[in-house]
Amino acid sequence: MKVTIDGQSIEVEPGTTILQAARMIGGESVPPAMCYYSKLKGSGGKCRCCLVEVSKGSEADPRPMPKLMASCVTGVMDGMEVKSISSERVLDARKSVTEFLLINHPLDCPVCDQAGECDLQNLSFKHGAAKTRFIEEKRTFEPENIGPYIQLHMNRCILCYRCVMTADQLTDGRVHGVMNRGDHAQISTYISKAIDNEFSGNMIDVCPVGALTDKTFRFKQRVWFNKPYNAHRDCDKCCGKTTLWMFGDEIQRVTARKDVYHEVEEFICNECRFEHKDPADWVIEGPRKFEKDSVINQNNYTRELKPVKIETEKNILLGRDIDRKKISMKDVPLDAEEMKELKEGNV
Amino acid sequence: MGRKILLEHINVPGIKTYDIYRKMGGYASVEKALKSMTPDEVVEEVKTSGLRGRGGAGFPTGMKWSFIDKKSGKPRHLVCNADESEPGTFKDRFLMEYIPHLLIEGMITSSYALGCNLSYIYIRGEYMWVFRILENAIKEAYAAGWLGKNIMGTGWDLDLHVHCGAGAYICGEETALIESLEGKRGNPRIKPPFPAVSGLWANPTVVNNVESIAAVPWIVNNTGAEYAKIGIGRSTGTKLISASGHCKNPGVYEIELGLGVDEFMNSDEYLGGMMDDRPLKALVPGGSSVPILPANLIFKTAEGNDRLMSYESLSDGGFATGSMLGSGGFIVYNDTTCVVRNTWNFSRFYHHESCGQCSPCREGTGWLEKVLHRIETGHGREEDIELLWDIQRKIEGNTICPLGDAAAWPVAAAIRHFRDEFEYHVRFPEKIKNRDHFVAEPFEKVKHLVAKQEV
Repeated sequence: MKVTIDGQSIEVEPGTTILQAARMIGGESVPPAMCYYSKLKGSGGKCRCCLVEVSKGSEADPRPMPKLMASCVTGVMDGMEVKSISSERVLDARKSVTEFLLINHPLDCPVCDQAGECDLQNLSFKHGAAKTRFIEEKRTFEPENIGPYIQLHMNRCILCYRCVMTADQLTDGRVHGVMNRGDHAQISTYISKAIDNEFSGNMIDVCPVGALTDKTFRFKQRVWFNKPYNAHRDCDKCCGKTTLWMFGDEIQRVTARKDVYHEVEEFICNECRFEHKDPADWVIEGPRKFEKDSVINQNNYTRELKPVKIETEKNILLGRDIDRKKISMKDVPLDAEEMKELKEGNV
Repeated sequence: MGRKILLEHINVPGIKTYDIYRKMGGYASVEKALKSMTPDEVVEEVKTSGLRGRGGAGFPTGMKWSFIDKKSGKPRHLVCNADESEPGTFKDRFLMEYIPHLLIEGMITSSYALGCNLSYIYIRGEYMWVFRILENAIKEAYAAGWLGKNIMGTGWDLDLHVHCGAGAYICGEETALIESLEGKRGNPRIKPPFPAVSGLWANPTVVNNVESIAAVPWIVNNTGAEYAKIGIGRSTGTKLISASGHCKNPGVYEIELGLGVDEFMNSDEYLGGMMDDRPLKALVPGGSSVPILPANLIFKTAEGNDRLMSYESLSDGGFATGSMLGSGGFIVYNDTTCVVRNTWNFSRFYHHESCGQCSPCREGTGWLEKVLHRIETGHGREEDIELLWDIQRKIEGNTICPLGDAAAWPVAAAIRHFRDEFEYHVRFPEKIKNRDHFVAEPFEKVKHLVAKQEV
């Protein structure tokens, strides 16, 4: 079957979706996808980021489709012509969806562990507006504890349903799901229950935003300061092929290996992910190649780095004593009166 | 006096019960269909009748039936959509409550036409008493041999179940209804595949509105050609209209399609005009999701033709100057109504009922509601009107199911036709601070305040 996307033609198998065909072509025409995940059956169609214009239905029926189609769930037809980035309508729709996804998003990237490898950041970088038009109060959720390994931040969730499908398809006995409806729909276990399953950690990997993050990695490091290495170990539960996110000799985080579309190549088990933080447990294959521009490779260690030497007066970085007192650094000794004032205030 | 098809025997005492219903000629269509017609002939009759889906979209029922996948050999299902939750629409409740056997007769005949052996009525949870009425009626039908094994000795079996929803508007969308019936979360499915190919439990399924199914017995008894004679153009047959609002006689009426809106509004046989001497301000002709019409476009179309109660005439002029017949929720407003408040109320409903599956609808409906609430309570800004327009434009057409469109259309129409009223709310917040701000001072009297000034 021949399909043309933004003027680039490709031959694909019947049953391929437009998004898959676009990914085969690659480049700028690939629609962004927040909810579609090729490894998860039944995913896609929800976020509406990947809407494309079908300007010619097929060779047999050349009429254009009146509505924009979700490319991740629309199969290609022979002779189909699709406009992705070349269509004003599509770009406008992507802008709208980005705006919709962001209005209730807390925009707390500075304290979010996902920042730097977040699909929503990428989407808004490309299609977002600099200024918000939403002046109302954002909707929020009560924090919920779903166990020792996974941190749930419902406020950041964009309801892609990926984690629900992961639990459905990878594990037996899913204990979490989507509760409520509309903009109050939330990922929850309903009766407070820890998600305790050998493969539950993959929910972190499939989450496109910072709604599900690794508790063992929480607030440890910005991801762009970590150096990713491919590594493997003999695991009797999973393939054991992982990416180690190292800082010096310390393994700060273990994830599955992700491809250029942030989809994991193979799912890994919780033991590999959470319990082996010692480099001796792993056979390190070498640094990971970056497939795509991202904030992570701004700190690219495969390039030669010149050490930065700060030439200045000795002790100047410590600051003046008076300033250090102001910001109450604990190493500055206070006398008894000052301490009293600091604790009780100057009344 | 208009012709009555569905409500012909509505005034017969005891028509709720099987005995009286049977005495009045009930279940004749089942006898006729099973004894003298093949399933395909029944489908053909319904096709000839030109019956259009009464749930809102107006898709021809016969055509929908002919799409059902009979080749795959999988069991087929008929599901009756009784999840009537559209604000302003209550015709199905009336039908099911007062003539439950008509629906059951329709279900049996339609199931026969489609070759189903297992059919469902999906009723909304709020209609619990109607649910009980239907359960009783089905029990009576089983006892009389119209349901169960080997009906009338033809060897054809049919089981009919009533399933009660749990209070979600979205479950009136056919694929969400199917999901809900399967016991899952009522999220609309992504189409294709359409239910006619893969519906309930991945089997071919037809989902029809209560009123569409209730019209089938008459069509079978009196032939489709006879049905097609009623009505006008492609809007054939009769339609139940649920009238509410500031009219004199609100209620459920059966009209022949093609009746003039003027006659329906003002004749004593139907609504009998306005409830008091306050003039007509606006009309929602088809339930909350269709565009609102301002007074000057109600009785006449933009070209000056009489507006009729039909699918075509009500949508004449597109969304710029027309509306839709929808599900027939006829809401009449007089000049005490605040269109902004009304729009906010509708938006609040769609915000509450959005399933939250796709982003534009989940986030957009909430945003619309919040902005409208701000305008209505006097905290609006001038740019909010443009903002509303932009939000609704971005929701419409970009969602999985029509709920996004249904949330966007009323807002769009309100801004299109009543923009000055929005401006009045923004510019004179002190005047609209009370809920009844248009009762003492209707908008006509203060219109000059927001009129464009000539320099």
